[in-house]
Parts: sequence; C-alpha cells; structure tokens
Amino acid sequence: MRFEIHASKGERGMGRHRQLSRLIAALAAAVFALPAFAQATPAPTLNAGDTAWMLVASAFVLMMTIPGVALFYGGMLRAKNLLSVMMQCLAITALVTVLWIVYGYSLAFSTEGMHAGVTNWHSFLGAFDRTMLAGLTPSTLYQTVPESVFVMFQLTFAIITPALIIGAYAERMKFSAMLWFSGLWLTFVYLPIAHMVWSGPGSLLGDLGVLDFAGGTVVHINAGVAGLVACLVIGKRRGYPHTHMPPHNLGYTVIGTALLWLGWFGFNAGSAVAANGNAGMAMLVTQIATAAAVIGWVAVEWIVHKRASVLGAASGAVAGLVAITPAAGTAGPGGALVIGFAAGSACFFTATKLKHKLGYDDTLDVFGVHAIAGIIGALLTGVFAAPKLGGFDSAVTSPLLQLWIQAKGVGFTIVWSGVLSWVMLKALDLTIGLRVGPEQEQVGLDIAEHEERAYNLS
Amino acid sequence: MKWVTAIIKPFTLDDVREALGEAGVQGMTVTEVKGFGRQRGHTELYRGAEYVVDFLPKLKIEIAVADDQVELAVEAIIRAARTGKVGDGKIFVSDLEQVIRIRTQEVDADAL
Repeated sequence: MRFEIHASKGERGMGRHRQLSRLIAALAAAVFALPAFAQATPAPTLNAGDTAWMLVASAFVLMMTIPGVALFYGGMLRAKNLLSVMMQCLAITALVTVLWIVYGYSLAFSTEGMHAGVTNWHSFLGAFDRTMLAGLTPSTLYQTVPESVFVMFQLTFAIITPALIIGAYAERMKFSAMLWFSGLWLTFVYLPIAHMVWSGPGSLLGDLGVLDFAGGTVVHINAGVAGLVACLVIGKRRGYPHTHMPPHNLGYTVIGTALLWLGWFGFNAGSAVAANGNAGMAMLVTQIATAAAVIGWVAVEWIVHKRASVLGAASGAVAGLVAITPAAGTAGPGGALVIGFAAGSACFFTATKLKHKLGYDDTLDVFGVHAIAGIIGALLTGVFAAPKLGGFDSAVTSPLLQLWIQAKGVGFTIVWSGVLSWVMLKALDLTIGLRVGPEQEQVGLDIAEHEERAYNLS
Repeated sequence: MKWVTAIIKPFTLDDVREALGEAGVQGMTVTEVKGFGRQRGHTELYRGAEYVVDFLPKLKIEIAVADDQVELAVEAIIRAARTGKVGDGKIFVSDLEQVIRIRTQEVDADAL
C-alpha cells in the first residue's frame, strides 16, 4: 500500500493536484498511524485503459534512444564513427537497465523517510529499500497502473538521458570510459535529480514547487550541461574546426528526428501516467511546440543564411520537443506556440553561432540544443502554466513568482550536473583516460574500438 | 591512333555514349572522378560550420580511335556534352603507340 502516497508523475506538474496529493499523503500517514482505520482508505485499483497506454508509451520512449538518438546522432557524424555512436546507445540501454533494476529505481523513486515540507537526506536521494525491485509483484500498483509498467516507463527516461550526452563527446571518447562515465553519471547525477524533482512530497525541488512535467530539468538541462562539461574536459576533436567534418548521412538524421518526434508523444503524454485529458493535452501541445520550433529555426536560418536547411529543420524539431517537455502538463496551445518558437529561434543562434564563437567542440550541440531549449522551456513553463496565460495550473497565480521558482530549479540542476560531471570526468581522465589515441581517432572509432565498419561498399 | 580522354558532366553520359556510337567508336572506359577547373566548387553549411567543397564530381571517358576517326569522335563528344555553361569539361587528345587485344593478340587498327 505504500505507493498510494506517491505524488504522481502526472500530477507533479499540476499545482492543484500537488495540493491534493499532499492531502492524500497526510491522510495516508494518519491511516498508517491508526491501523484500525486502514480499511477505510479506498485501495487504488488498476485501470486497463491507463495500463494499455503506459505499456505503449514505455515502448515509445525506448524507441527514442534505439534507434531514435542513434540515427539522429549517427547521421551527423563522419561515416567512420557511425557504429561507435550506435553501439554507445545500445550499450547505455543495456547498462542503465541493469543498474536501474539493482538500485536505480530505488534511489530515484523510493519514498522512504520522506515527509512533505521536510528537507532531509531523502529529499536528495531515495533509500535502498527497493533494491532489486524489492516488493514488486504483478499486483503492485503505481496509481492506476501496475508498478512494473511504471518501473519500465521511468527506466526508458533513465536510458535516454545519458544517451543524449553522447553527442557532445562523440568521435573521440574510449568505449570503456564512456561506459564508466554513463554508469557514474546515472548514479550521481540522474538518480538524485530525478528523485529531487519527481519523487513526491518531501523531495527537494518538488517541495520548492518546481514544475517539470516530463523532464525538461531532469533529462534535458541535466544532459545538456553534462555535455558541455564533457566536451570541455575531453577537448576538441583532432583538426576541429579546420578539418572538414560534414555529416555523412543527413537522411539518417531526419529518420532519427522523426522517431524522436513520435517517441516524444510517449515521453510527454505518457508522463500523465494515465490515458486521460492531461495526456491528450500533453500530446497536442507537444505537436504544436515542435512545429513552431521548426518554423522558428528555419525562419531565422532563412534570414541569416539565406537558406532553409534540412539539418536546421531537424534541429528545430528537437529544440521544440525539448522545450515543451517540462510544460506539457500545464501549458495551453498558445503557450506551446510561444515556447516552441522561442526555443527554435534561440537554439539556431546557440548551435550555429555561439559554439563557433566560443570555440568549444560540442560535436552534435547537446548544450546548444538540449540545455538551451531545456532552460528556455523550464523557465517559460512557469509563465505559461498560469491560467491567465492559457495554462492549466490553477496554483500558479503569479507567472513571475513561478518563473523565479523555475529559475531556482534550473540553477540548481546546472550546478549539480556541471560540478559532478566535471569531477567524475576528471577522475576518469586521470585513471583510465577518456580519449582514444590520435591514430585511433584518425582511423575512426568503428575500426579502432570495435573492429567493424558501418559501410562495406565494394 | 589517338587516345582521347574527355572529362564531362555526369548527366551527359548517355548522350555522349550514343553520339560516340554513331561516330563509329566501338568501346570506351568510364570512370567517376572528382576535380575542378574554371568551375569552382560550392560551399556547404551545417549548423553554421561552412565547408568549401573544391572537387566536383565528373566522369572521365577514355577511348582509343584511329587517326581518321578522331575529328568525328571529338565532334560527337562536344555535341553531346556541351551545355554552354562553365563546367562542361575538357577533351584531351594524345598519340597512342600501340594497342593489343589480349584474347587474340591482334595489334593496332585490328585491335581497335
């Protein structure tokens, strides 16, 4: 029965529901204190519609990493490194799954020791009571769906987040270092941040009132900042920026973008953890913001570069998907339009101008697209959650106040992810070394690291 | 005998082959090549990273012809490959000392 006191992932973005879930938590605590009345609480029951949708949504989000991110990133690389990134996506999927089962789910979602409004050790990180998914049976529920489905759904988020970072250090990191980094990063950055935002009453950022419906902070700012730190610590690719390094197959990138776009409906609408009106609205605003971001990026590009590019349209789509993610549970259609357009047009500048100006080699613009769109989305979530601006969170009466709360969540995540990513990357560099040798880099990671090549054309 | 090498725009290949056939040329070798002359390359732009592509894809046609056939062959190539725009290509004509057909060991005119 312990799961009925969770603040739902779907409700966490809704102030009204947040209040409600706190009430329920208090009620549940009272019930636990008086076992004689335990029978009086209605037990959560399984809803077949919700369960069916969440089964599908979980598969959709997994599709975003394999093959979505693998193709989106792989196409932008040189042909000699295509397999390395696809392997990284596959390997992270396998590694994170195992870690998630062993301790990841527990550290992210255990509510042991948490109390609404109380900041303690468990506001930062869950307990170990769900290690090896202890207590999970076919009949355990999370709200109205089997807990096994919720475990699976959240696992797919834990997989895609470290996979997004790949884009920053692509074409030069050792496979072994990539595995160590992904495992450590999941443990010390992803799990705590997911816990602080999503684990319900008593969580650090959740109690602060930070709105993050589907992971703008937890997934995108988190991964984007880690990407920037990773590309700074590991250094530029040999020859960058003077050597030609054009994408080898933008067709893959377009296919990857389309798979991400589709999968994102599972990501955002699935975060309602129900087949209901919230899920429907999340799906609609996701589509709106993404379309607006494509138009935003391409319009600015057309003015600045005198050309509308395929890579620009694909990049704009991803920027829009990222930006609407935290807002998908609270923004209305108008807000989604503004959020998408702002993210698409701003990320054009950060990915095509800022990077070249500052000279860092974030290979596939994990920072320029994911972190920047994530920050824009997280901040504007606060603004467009307000009912007077077309939003659906009645608890947000002052967009400015909520903007400030959002900014605190963004700032906290940037510092947490930035500092810890730097520490673990430096430690790995000093011990096993992050980079392949110059010769391996020249040959390409496919041959150098895996002794295979993507294309055997003869 | 003459050795005629022509660099042409790839899309004109079918017309050139046909014209050479009409001019009595029996065989040819075609290779995909890259290069530049007066027609320079183009630039490509990926997320603000600009690449200048100097080498453009062309086709190289090589034929061996008898001396009295050269003029006809060269005219055929020009007729079929000319668009009038920069980048139509070039024709190089040089002397050819000897030709041997491997199967029969016929030489020169008999081997053409």
